[in-house]
Amino acid sequence: MSIDENTAAKVAKLARIEVESQDLTALAKEFNDILGFIEQLNEVDVEGIEPMTSVTPQKLIRRGDNITDGNKQTSVLKNAPISREGFYAVPKVVE
Amino acid sequence: MTNLNNLTIAEARDKLKSKEISSLELTNSCLSAIDAADALGAFVHKTPELAIEQAKRADERLKKENAPDLCGIPLGIKDLFCTKGVESQAASRILENFKPEYESTVSQNLLDNGTVMLGKLNMDEFAMGSSNETSIYGNAINPWKTDDRGLTPGGSSGGSASAVAADLCLAATGTDTGGSIRQPAAFTGIVGIKPTYGRCSRWGIIAFASSLDQAGPMTKTVRDGAIMLEAMAGNDPKDSTSANIEVPNFEAMLTGDIKGKRIGIPKEYRLDGMPSEIEKLWSDGTEMLRQAGAKIENISLPHTKYALPAYYVIAPAEASSNLARYDGVRYGRRANLSSGDGINEMYEKTRAEGFGSEVKRRVMIGTYVLSAGFYDAYYNRARRVRALIKKDFDEVFADGVDAILTPTTPSAAFGLGEMSDADPVQMYLNDVFTVTVNLAGLPGVSVPAGADKSGLPLGLQVIGRPWEEGDMLNIAYSLEKSVGFSAKPSKWW
Repeated sequence: MSIDENTAAKVAKLARIEVESQDLTALAKEFNDILGFIEQLNEVDVEGIEPMTSVTPQKLIRRGDNITDGNKQTSVLKNAPISREGFYAVPKVVE
Repeated sequence: MTNLNNLTIAEARDKLKSKEISSLELTNSCLSAIDAADALGAFVHKTPELAIEQAKRADERLKKENAPDLCGIPLGIKDLFCTKGVESQAASRILENFKPEYESTVSQNLLDNGTVMLGKLNMDEFAMGSSNETSIYGNAINPWKTDDRGLTPGGSSGGSASAVAADLCLAATGTDTGGSIRQPAAFTGIVGIKPTYGRCSRWGIIAFASSLDQAGPMTKTVRDGAIMLEAMAGNDPKDSTSANIEVPNFEAMLTGDIKGKRIGIPKEYRLDGMPSEIEKLWSDGTEMLRQAGAKIENISLPHTKYALPAYYVIAPAEASSNLARYDGVRYGRRANLSSGDGINEMYEKTRAEGFGSEVKRRVMIGTYVLSAGFYDAYYNRARRVRALIKKDFDEVFADGVDAILTPTTPSAAFGLGEMSDADPVQMYLNDVFTVTVNLAGLPGVSVPAGADKSGLPLGLQVIGRPWEEGDMLNIAYSLEKSVGFSAKPSKWW
């Protein structure tokens, strides 16, 4: 499996990370180096083995469906780069 | 009299309880040491006013009976922990100026025990790295030196390791996703414990790879590690993966008696081209445990070779999901936008300038292995291999092996910048002996076990059974006593 510049650009787009077009060649090479290393996993016989979902055998605990926290608008917005009138502010999303 | 900042937790505890010293004196001694050590790049946000206030409160508490063991002990906290009102940036530009409105459970547990926070410690960005060279704050530097070169303290908990080794604090918190506590501990001649997955709450610790991340102590001695781990650990309803299992008194389990303990030596950890010094360190350590009465057994963990490639699928996959939250909307930095830029440009520009290159690389690799058409081939296959790696350990433990001894790292600390031309995979090899432990959810501890020919510290790793940190630490304690490693870096900073 080899990654070309188009695939690298597509992955960057999916990850929402801007990559300049002149950097795509180097990026594709890095991907290929790392994926080449990962390819070793194909040597392993995984027939009949379930993918691990939890490393400890415990069941996830469910909490009660109760309100335990809230009314913290100031706290929630405190670290926002831009907020306005009690909301996060972002560029226009809908035309 | 030695400076108070040179004390271990256990020594300071006894002096605080007997009123020989106060927490304020101890804290001031650390604060002076920190101010004189900017060259190490260990403390990246200092909190002296907070520390003094906490020390005074601890001194009040120490006047009463039954103050906790950690009451009045000054610590450094890795920048990955959210600390209320104090910068918590994960060493990333994207979290510039982020001051959490809440405290992580682990750091809160420590505060509840009366500890003093001296400040936040340097690390690799989002804990992704093995040399502390990916930090927005610049490198943390190893207090150990052999020549003019600056050496790495390891990573990702490099600032924690450097600070403890240089006696800037009595101990520090770290986190370990693939070796980020144990590898820097080995590089700086200190003790680093990665507990069983689920032993410490992950709540409020900035997430890297949630199925692998665990917090743990970085200390000067095994005893200190035992004391601190007990305070950090415990069930937390805010982390559904934190285990509802009683936390024992780990310190009380340090008897030094390991007679009859069965210690496994895994043949797959004997790598081709492993330096003879590491070989010798390992066989010497094995011999010491034998002398102490342990039974040494050769064991096999056949899937060891596939641990690193499995890790480099699973960890980036989880990271790509965890780091999706850094979008420039709710916290941290947002890029300056050009007129006409929409929300996608905001995301893309913010993440491009906010993340460093290693973080971007891993987020994109993670995105790729999770993308349609590759999910089965990469992600599911890696999770299957992970199940086999865990099965290797399960079988060895089911056969009656109590713990496993391995080297912590394949080399001593290397020079800063020396790996910059290597491809990323070369750097990943640092974690070859530690990453299996995260994949299998096991506890592991690195103990200083000797020095290489230039005098740099080297560590051995003891891997324990799940939830048996106490037994594991007792074996580490026996090893620590047999080795008698007492060298300290000579002060150049």
